[in-house]
Amino acid sequence: MEHKNWEGFKGGDWKNTIDVRDFIQKNYKEYKGDDSFLESTPTERTAYLMGKVEKLFKKERKNGGVLDVDTNTVSSLTTYAPGYVEKEKELIVGLQTDAPLKRGVNPFGGIRMARQACAAYGYKLGDKIENEFRYRTTHNDGVFRAYTDEMRLARRSHVITGLPDAYGRGRIIGDYRRVALYGIDRLIEEKEKDRTNLSSAVLRNEQIRLHEELFRQIKFLKLMKEMAEMYGYDISEPAGNAKEAIQWTYFAYLAAIKEQNGAAMSLGRVSTFFDIYIERDIEAGILDEQGAQELIDDFVMKLRLARHLRTPEYNELFGGDPMWITEAVGGMGEDGRTLVTKSSFRILNTLYTLGSSPEPNLTILWSTALPEGFKKFCAKVSCDTDSIQYENDDIMRPIYGDDYAIACCVSAMKIGKQMQFFGARCNMAKLLLIAINGGYDTSSGIHIGPKMGPLDSEVLDYDTVMKRMDIYIEWLARLYVNTMNIIHYMHDKYAYEKSQMALHDTDVHRFMAFGIAGISVVADSLSAIKYATVKPKKDVYGFITGFETEGDFPKFGNDDDRVDLIAKEMAHKFIVELRKTPAYRNAEHTLSLLTITSNVMYGKNTAATPDGRKDGEAFAPGANPMHNREENGALASLNSVAKLDYNDCRDGISNTFSIVPEALGKDEGERVDNLVTILDGYFAKKAHHININVLNRQTLIDAYNNPEAYPNLTIRVSGYAVNFHKLSREHQREVISRTFHEVF
Amino acid sequence: MAVTGRINSFQSLGAVDGPGVRFVVFFKGCPLHCRCCHNPETIPFSGGEEYTAHDIVKKAARYKEYFGENGGITLSGGEPIAQPLFAAEILKLCKAKGIHTCIDTSGYTLNDEVKELLKYTDLVLLDIKYTNPEDYKKNTGAELGKVLEFLDYLKEKDIPTWIRQVIIPTVNDSEENIFKLKEIISRYPNIKKTELLPFRKLCQTKYDNLKIEFPFKDIPEPTKERMQFLKELIEKA
Repeated sequence: MEHKNWEGFKGGDWKNTIDVRDFIQKNYKEYKGDDSFLESTPTERTAYLMGKVEKLFKKERKNGGVLDVDTNTVSSLTTYAPGYVEKEKELIVGLQTDAPLKRGVNPFGGIRMARQACAAYGYKLGDKIENEFRYRTTHNDGVFRAYTDEMRLARRSHVITGLPDAYGRGRIIGDYRRVALYGIDRLIEEKEKDRTNLSSAVLRNEQIRLHEELFRQIKFLKLMKEMAEMYGYDISEPAGNAKEAIQWTYFAYLAAIKEQNGAAMSLGRVSTFFDIYIERDIEAGILDEQGAQELIDDFVMKLRLARHLRTPEYNELFGGDPMWITEAVGGMGEDGRTLVTKSSFRILNTLYTLGSSPEPNLTILWSTALPEGFKKFCAKVSCDTDSIQYENDDIMRPIYGDDYAIACCVSAMKIGKQMQFFGARCNMAKLLLIAINGGYDTSSGIHIGPKMGPLDSEVLDYDTVMKRMDIYIEWLARLYVNTMNIIHYMHDKYAYEKSQMALHDTDVHRFMAFGIAGISVVADSLSAIKYATVKPKKDVYGFITGFETEGDFPKFGNDDDRVDLIAKEMAHKFIVELRKTPAYRNAEHTLSLLTITSNVMYGKNTAATPDGRKDGEAFAPGANPMHNREENGALASLNSVAKLDYNDCRDGISNTFSIVPEALGKDEGERVDNLVTILDGYFAKKAHHININVLNRQTLIDAYNNPEAYPNLTIRVSGYAVNFHKLSREHQREVISRTFHEVF
Repeated sequence: MAVTGRINSFQSLGAVDGPGVRFVVFFKGCPLHCRCCHNPETIPFSGGEEYTAHDIVKKAARYKEYFGENGGITLSGGEPIAQPLFAAEILKLCKAKGIHTCIDTSGYTLNDEVKELLKYTDLVLLDIKYTNPEDYKKNTGAELGKVLEFLDYLKEKDIPTWIRQVIIPTVNDSEENIFKLKEIISRYPNIKKTELLPFRKLCQTKYDNLKIEFPFKDIPEPTKERMQFLKELIEKA
């Protein structure tokens, strides 16, 4: 097949089948130089528009975090009139509703949640929506119809919690680039073909469901076209230049976030794709560097304006109003060429042209083979802005190829070919306590799990506790998978992602992503039981409510195998058990060590643990060592985390790392060079992920006390970044209490 | 018998003690009694933990991936040359593993054992604390002359050296001191770099924990401007 808008591109399979990767591989131009080509100051137009956007952010902040809510419209692709920041000045257009920062209502996940979210910010859900949804089943309704008593108990006791049963699951990345490369008509045509092919199959549950899903996908592709038409664009044909490629891609993403309010609505891997169009335009003499940066700036500005209306419970799990518009940048190709292009630099450069920002969630796919110039620029951006994260391309590429992206924080998937069923996490520290108490959770007062009674020895014995743990892991793993199966069955049934799945292959590979919270608490607790003397303290009913721990014990975060391998072993045990229960739609089980900001909530609901952690005290985030237990410095801490096995935790292992500038080097040049070698070393150790913050604790304390003075202070928290002021006070305190690696 | 020595602590990420990212070993014990000492807990020779050289190198090697082209191991303290054969054994083993070696020392003494250590030393960070003998004696209890002899030997063996000096207001932050330092440096072609470090009082809590008085507790930290001025002064040809 040919198209006039493909003129100048090298051909390949991509013309005949939907294959964006092939298009990229045949056409992109790697860039191995440094950042000197960049335009670091915004154009007058960009500065003016960004100024306007900043004012809106300020208004939103002053208004308690939400600027406005349209309570009478159900958010979808064409339900709002077109919205603009300032129509004449914008290069890339499109807003979720008819005005910037006005949030839409999305009741498909649950009408009660929509109602609560409105109420939380002083609004009332409109009668029209209330009436419409009176006779509609939402995802939330469906889940709670099917939940067993035990699942409800597990949820209430917080041993598995934060599950997407009351909010959209997200974590699905549409291949938004397809719209730019092929145009909507071609995509519809291909989906129609898939439907026809399916008709000749034996129609059982799965085929019938797929039939209906394809119908809905096609319908939403058509709606995407309508939505673009409302903005004056015809996206039925392929994009003809860089501006159109960015606009078409953005329209596709916009459709997704109008339709869905999933927790993480990630973008994928667009910058090198855009670069091909930008290079073509530059060669044709119709675009220059300034123009190229302006287009990227305008696109990113739109992404920074994206919002969803959330409930207070949601904010407790995922603090800071994040969208996880994660964009994977860089990485290497399977053929050994780097996927870094000038546009990889340009998208990072928006942190200078537009100022630092948590969104989009810029994620560097790091390989030791990345060009030095790019490595250094990334390190510089980290030192200057604390806004980016790093993930190990060298361990992901062999599994996912070279056209994968990251959903949310650390979840890798092939773009348009794989998706995941998000499953939050279980509280493993609480599980340990339930095991020790033989089926009773002291903090919630709920009897749950196999009934065995509390351990009755005066001193806890490691082997006995581990045997117990095995029994309870087996029990929880099965319950967890079954719970997830219900949630995702219902999500598919009542809140299916039409736009996003339309931008996937019809035959898609599914992951079911489980998670563990409190891995370092569990490892340290088991280490305490093994190497120190842990005496349980019982209440009047004979349940163990606390511990007296005497003597020292190895702690996770000090590069000490005695405890680090316990952490690794626990993750391994858990994924092995999870795999024993089949997952909905034959999904592949994966596991993450990631908490987002829910480490605070999980800790709050967990009694004292044998490691000395107090009742209610926050866990460390993700796979981090517990706060301030590292005694041998930063690299020892990194080494401990690097021991956790990515093969057990294919949904990602999150590590958030804060270091004061002075500890990283004496001047910026040294800091940049040292950060590069630290990242090279950490990833050579097969570690998976790291958030880098280069800042002083005092800065955060100042921002805590005087938020108005730090409106744009960005900090990486756990697989994503936030505006510090948008965190709750409790989350802020937890972030301040974390380890900051200092000069010694 | 394996060579053993006493160690105060380790820092796996040293980014300010020599080039690049370094594994820093803090030796226990120092014969000097510097009034500005930043690590007072390392001064007594007693205490700490005993390690074999082999154990230390094994630890350091765990961080090899992070060293890049410039990093490596730094022996600091305390005073590494006060346990010279132990230090020599560590660095010898490191060299065999291709790890860049560095010692952070006052250079207070030079004997055959120290000379053995210097055979395996790729870089010396030499802290010239004061440039006149009286100040040196008064504030450290040791002899500046010895340090200069040490420096002479480094020159003779052409061992790359970085000179460091902690700038302490009212004690050695004068322009005169800088000129003197420059004069010394000009005589030694093996000196590759000079680092002026601001006097810091973060260590006050260490003194408090040890329940000893910080002799320089009343001296303020130098201002950024002063540091910048002195740095420019020393860099000017």
